[in-house]
Amino acid sequence: MNPSVDALRATFGTAIGRAAVARDGETVVFVQSGALWKIMQWLRDTAEHAYDYLVDVTAVEYRDRERPLEVVYFLRSLARRTDLRVKVELDQREELTIDSVVGLWAGANWLEREVYDMFGIAFRGHPDLRRILMWETYAEGYPLRKDFPLRGRFSRAEQVRQALAINPEAHYSLEELSIAEAYHELPEEMKERLRRGERGKIPNSE
Amino acid sequence: MKHVAQTTEIAGQSPNWLLARLDDLVNWSRANSLWPMPFGTACCAIEFMATAASRFDFARFGMERQAFSPRQADVLICAGRLPFKLAPVIRTIYDQMPQPKWVISMGACASTGGIFDNYAMVQGIDTVVPVDVYVPGCPPRPEGLLYGVLLLHKKIKGESLTDRELRDEHPLDERGLRLPPDQIDEISEPFGNSVHQFRSA
Repeated sequence: MNPSVDALRATFGTAIGRAAVARDGETVVFVQSGALWKIMQWLRDTAEHAYDYLVDVTAVEYRDRERPLEVVYFLRSLARRTDLRVKVELDQREELTIDSVVGLWAGANWLEREVYDMFGIAFRGHPDLRRILMWETYAEGYPLRKDFPLRGRFSRAEQVRQALAINPEAHYSLEELSIAEAYHELPEEMKERLRRGERGKIPNSE
Repeated sequence: MKHVAQTTEIAGQSPNWLLARLDDLVNWSRANSLWPMPFGTACCAIEFMATAASRFDFARFGMERQAFSPRQADVLICAGRLPFKLAPVIRTIYDQMPQPKWVISMGACASTGGIFDNYAMVQGIDTVVPVDVYVPGCPPRPEGLLYGVLLLHKKIKGESLTDRELRDEHPLDERGLRLPPDQIDEISEPFGNSVHQFRSA
């Protein structure tokens, strides 16, 4: 069992649910969705835990309709070479909403978009919650949900018609990926170098 | 070529005569300078690359120059499965190709959807663009693709310049489809193992 679990329990008390060691030797700990942000921040920023890398975000729906959906966060501490799996349960009968962790790990951006696209789980506070694998006008629902028919909801002809009507250039333009938009997220010294117009030096050029 | 290289020497005249039907001459030159536009999406593209590389070398059949721009391409080779998200892309590429143009559907997925009978995959690219040659296989070996190319040669050599309809453009109709909806549904129907997928609608 990962010692982080006991530390979590000592700090957050009842917000931490059951924990177990999975078959692959990794520790899985369930947490309450309301406390997710605080717990994740604590796991990332506390020096003796320091889970600085979010490996993956995904979700699980079980065949048993009574069981809640699970959102799974795979955390890794690069310095300590330790993994921790954090799970949050979402009741199917309630709104599928959970706090976004993009503010903690920028890499969560596309991972959460994928979970939203495939499971329809909305991430509160996500800067850009759009579909990522299916196109944005996709109207058949969320493909990885258990109530989603394997071949989709529409007839094949309707699927072809809707697909051919996509404008592939409408939403995924190069401008979207331009450095200008990412400017405010660059490190300070890089901003400074860009401001001065410095082009960098070729190594061993002198 | 059998049809083209029939020379006739006429007594007392220059021997430099070459008599051929215009159709044969044009088709011969078209068939032997097919510039392929590779549309590789999956493992078939690996076999396609092997076909292009030195061991199999489809340059032997006049396909030396791969056109990575549809504007300079003659034959669109769809190598791999086509997801719905790419359907408008391959349609645009096809529309951008100048006449004369042909399409080879390489592999099971491009031709029928293959094992991917699901919500995300086009069930045969012929629901999106017209196809001239289907190459079966999962993926087909390079010999298979070369055989498909040779079949296309054969088809081209049977065409006629006087048949103007061959070169007509057929844009998507007012519904935004290439075929009538019921025909698309019929083409896309499950077959083989897919009919046993009991949990699909």
